[in-house]
Amino acid sequence: MRMQIQALGRWALTLLQELGKTGQFLAYALYSLVRRPGRPVHVLKQIRFIGAKSLFVIVLTAAFTGMVLGLQGYYTLTKFGSEGMLGTAVALSLIRELGPVLSALMVTGRAGSAITAEIGIMRISEQIDALETMALDPYKYLISPKFIAAMISMPLLCAIFDVVGIYGGWLVGVKLLGVNPGAYFSEMYRSVEWKDVYSGFVKSFSFGVIIAWIGCYKGYYAGHGAEGVSRATTESVVLTSVLILIWDYFLTSVLL
Amino acid sequence: MITLNGVHKSFGSQRVLNGLNLTVPAGQITAVIGPSGEGKSVLLKHMIGLLQPDQGDVQVDGQSIVGLRRSHLNLIREKFAMVFQNAALFDSMTVYENVAFPLEEKTTLSKTEISEQVTTALQEVGLREVNHKYPDELSGGMKKRVGLARALLLKPEIILFDEPTTGLDPVIRRAIHQLIKDTQQKFGFTAVIVSHDIPDIFDVAHQVAMLYRGEILQFGSPHDIQTSEHPVVRQFISGSLDGPINSGAA
Repeated sequence: MRMQIQALGRWALTLLQELGKTGQFLAYALYSLVRRPGRPVHVLKQIRFIGAKSLFVIVLTAAFTGMVLGLQGYYTLTKFGSEGMLGTAVALSLIRELGPVLSALMVTGRAGSAITAEIGIMRISEQIDALETMALDPYKYLISPKFIAAMISMPLLCAIFDVVGIYGGWLVGVKLLGVNPGAYFSEMYRSVEWKDVYSGFVKSFSFGVIIAWIGCYKGYYAGHGAEGVSRATTESVVLTSVLILIWDYFLTSVLL
Repeated sequence: MITLNGVHKSFGSQRVLNGLNLTVPAGQITAVIGPSGEGKSVLLKHMIGLLQPDQGDVQVDGQSIVGLRRSHLNLIREKFAMVFQNAALFDSMTVYENVAFPLEEKTTLSKTEISEQVTTALQEVGLREVNHKYPDELSGGMKKRVGLARALLLKPEIILFDEPTTGLDPVIRRAIHQLIKDTQQKFGFTAVIVSHDIPDIFDVAHQVAMLYRGEILQFGSPHDIQTSEHPVVRQFISGSLDGPINSGAA
């Protein structure tokens, strides 16, 4: 019994220590954004990697998400004779919820894992130590550009997701199932408010912070060898995805 | 001058440094020798603040670097350069970009001046026509020489070498040792070399420190070490299989 209590205590202490370290990392990363934002060329390179290179997967996911929404929405709304509301249903689902969350999950899988692997390999091959011995701040060169890039890229990717998704829903609803095209867009225009768009952007911005935060943190403190990097990458994707969903709930309850 | 006073360092339950005391004299080459896994690299990382001691103090030119804020530590690190055991080159950059990187970040030199200095530095370590290659296209020895060129370029006051010649052929090894010796004489920097190259290192170093079980067992001139009566030092230098290092009874 005593051993079990000791083990529980050790686990709780480790968890608290890890939480503290994670929080400290985020605080220093945000401080560095202001004090040492990094060179614009490094930020642009990261925007290209996190944003531009995620475009294909975002467009593909958005198109099919919109099409499924169009299909499901049509069959549900026809039961109430209100298929004219299809545009509103598709747009609100995408703009308020699915756009920010799904685009963040896609970027987590594509770029978040790569961020962890890149920084993790730099850690185990002493490249980060080399930067420090040159009296150069690794946060300025590695962390800040990724944070800025993720914070800029995510709202833009979310906007693209929303637009492509809405046209995916239009393709299925209007072109395949015969919903009135005027009703699709005019109802949408009438129902979607600035608050909906704003909440979607706030979400995707904060998801960008989460992706950069966990991706960089897990890589920065990766364990030893290839196995350490591999474990850090897996943990990074899982933790980021879970945090995105949890944070989404809290934000939704505040922004509704 | 670098001074370590009563430095203790453990990783989990493994005690690596055990109340270590060492003074590295300024403007000289000090070699740290000792069996593998005794914490020589850990000692080097304490000198530049990459690792913090659990207990004890590390001073650089009379100023303690233990517990310093990153910005203050970086001011002290301006005096340093370090050559890592595995070179630690940035793998997403070419050889040229690797060597030029500290110059681009820390000086206001023009591109032409940087290019001239990088070419000269690479030639000095015996490398030609590798500018556009990436680190993974180089042999281990070539990587070490690129790391050496990168360290020498900023002409620091103190250079830490973590096994700069391990894995190199005898000719290149001797050339690197000669290069360290010549550049040290020319610029007068303080050098600390962790090395297993016995007896070659005795021709390079002014002082030798023997690290064993987390403490400096003996510190003196190469002659003092070579003529030491201590059984651990004698066995390590002779490379004998019989003795306290193997039996663990020093």
